[in-house]
Amino acid sequence: MRAMVYRGPYKVRVEEKPKPRIEHPNDAIVRVQLGAICGSDLHLYHGMMPDTRVGTTFGHEFIGVVDEVGPSVQSLKVGDRVMVPANIYCGSCFYCTRGLYSNCHNVNPNATAVGALYGYSHTTGGYDGGQAEFVRVPFADVGPTIIPDWLDDEDAVMLTDALSTGYFGAQLGDITAGDTVVVFGAGPVGLYAAKSSWFMGAGRVIVIDHLDYRLEKARTFAHAETYNFTEYDDIVVHLKQITDWFGADVAIDAVGAEADGSFLQHVSSAKLKLQGGSPVALNWAIDSVRKGATVSVMGAYGPIFSAVKFGDAMNKGLTLRMNQAPMKRQWPRLFEHIQAGHLKPSDIVTHRIPLEHIAEGYHIFSSKLDDCIKPLVVVGER
Amino acid sequence: MPYTANKPEPATREELRARIPGWGVDLDPADRPSVPRERFDPNGTGAHWDFPDRQPEGDQPRERSIEHGMLPPVFGTSAPLHGVSGAIRRFAYDRFSEGRAAHWLLLIAGDRVDAWGAHLRSLATLRPDNPITETGVVSELRHGLTARVGRKRADVNHQWIDPILVAGPWVLVGLGAAAGVRALRRRQR
Repeated sequence: MRAMVYRGPYKVRVEEKPKPRIEHPNDAIVRVQLGAICGSDLHLYHGMMPDTRVGTTFGHEFIGVVDEVGPSVQSLKVGDRVMVPANIYCGSCFYCTRGLYSNCHNVNPNATAVGALYGYSHTTGGYDGGQAEFVRVPFADVGPTIIPDWLDDEDAVMLTDALSTGYFGAQLGDITAGDTVVVFGAGPVGLYAAKSSWFMGAGRVIVIDHLDYRLEKARTFAHAETYNFTEYDDIVVHLKQITDWFGADVAIDAVGAEADGSFLQHVSSAKLKLQGGSPVALNWAIDSVRKGATVSVMGAYGPIFSAVKFGDAMNKGLTLRMNQAPMKRQWPRLFEHIQAGHLKPSDIVTHRIPLEHIAEGYHIFSSKLDDCIKPLVVVGER
Repeated sequence: MPYTANKPEPATREELRARIPGWGVDLDPADRPSVPRERFDPNGTGAHWDFPDRQPEGDQPRERSIEHGMLPPVFGTSAPLHGVSGAIRRFAYDRFSEGRAAHWLLLIAGDRVDAWGAHLRSLATLRPDNPITETGVVSELRHGLTARVGRKRADVNHQWIDPILVAGPWVLVGLGAAAGVRALRRRQR
């Protein structure tokens, strides 16, 4: 089969790989139709995630058709069109039975500090991802869901991670009516988090980024008030100023490990790998909210230490909330939002890249060329 | 403003409802799917087992964190450990917990050894690594200037480092090899 393959930092290519096989009675093999490159894939692409092995196929956002099922699979059959959540989880452990699917304890030998994801290094279990013609899907009775007839393919693929994560991030903010919410990052997760904040009753939603074309999308898609941090000497002071020197009630970090805004922080983490991630956005979140506020962290960070301003968080009495999103838990309510016309997830898609051109897709997305916000990966016939 | 007991008032609910599609539909925490954080529902996941069947382990013992009391029943098999990088990674897993920086730094060292080994091995194949096509850098020809010139981007101050990270080691190896050849020739004379 044709598959995207990691060759080392900044290098990927498409090559022939053996088709995956059933390795567990509850496995399915899915023929991928549509995938996506996630912002967090860029951390792998840049060599930031420990134990990212040459030969691995990335991709935790994908939909497709069931091609084969293991002997114990009851809920799917060959030919079903399925959306597959980014998390791999067993459905039966302490965490899964409590809805914490992203923290499953039965699927990742390599680490206890994180659950399992498709195509996201051996640190999250060593599973191949969906930027390929076929993918092994463990626990087929637990994760995949048949795509409802009314749901577009491009909307479905956004539900497998980005939309669910943004929506989850807004929930972790514990937003109450009239709250001022500041979202750092106008990438896909930030846009969805900003949009979702309104659903939870925010009175004001502010989005911060350095890319004007993304801030434009934050205004049109998420109805947000936007600021380009490069235009201000100190974005924290500006945020205090525009909130009557109070600070936001809730901040959402939708940037994560490769945050810009500090040359030293970015280079020491993204380039030199001396930190698990550049905590610029997280530190801005901590400093720009009011005392007693909640900071929701959706940005992905690596497992090594990062220079987070924990003293400020403590002294301000902040509540810090975070987790990898349990995707499927969000779906029933998000289906209702989409059907009610509250949002159209695929409105943020900017690029549709054939699998064979995925190396260019990674570079365009990574370097923010051609006003790229969300690139999809077209794998099979749709 | 004076620091009083009140915080700034946003727009009214009516104004927000009129302006924002879906405003406030999840205002009630009961409508938020991840509230409360934990909802015990053992029958709601689709699992029809108390503990999953075990996946066969394969030819070599599957590496695992020493913070696990056992090998979890299901795991990925995408790129088994091999060679020098595999030895480094296995040492990281066998010796250090996830709480130790050495664990992660060794894994990153293993990644670099893995990548270099793969690059060198590729030179002996019909499809050697091609830094032009594999980095996708040709897209710079179409979009590179327009994406950066005249735009207030914070990342242009470090993007110049990327080509050095990608090509720098190759240049250094090339220079080293050239110096070695020159030294050998000098010695032969």
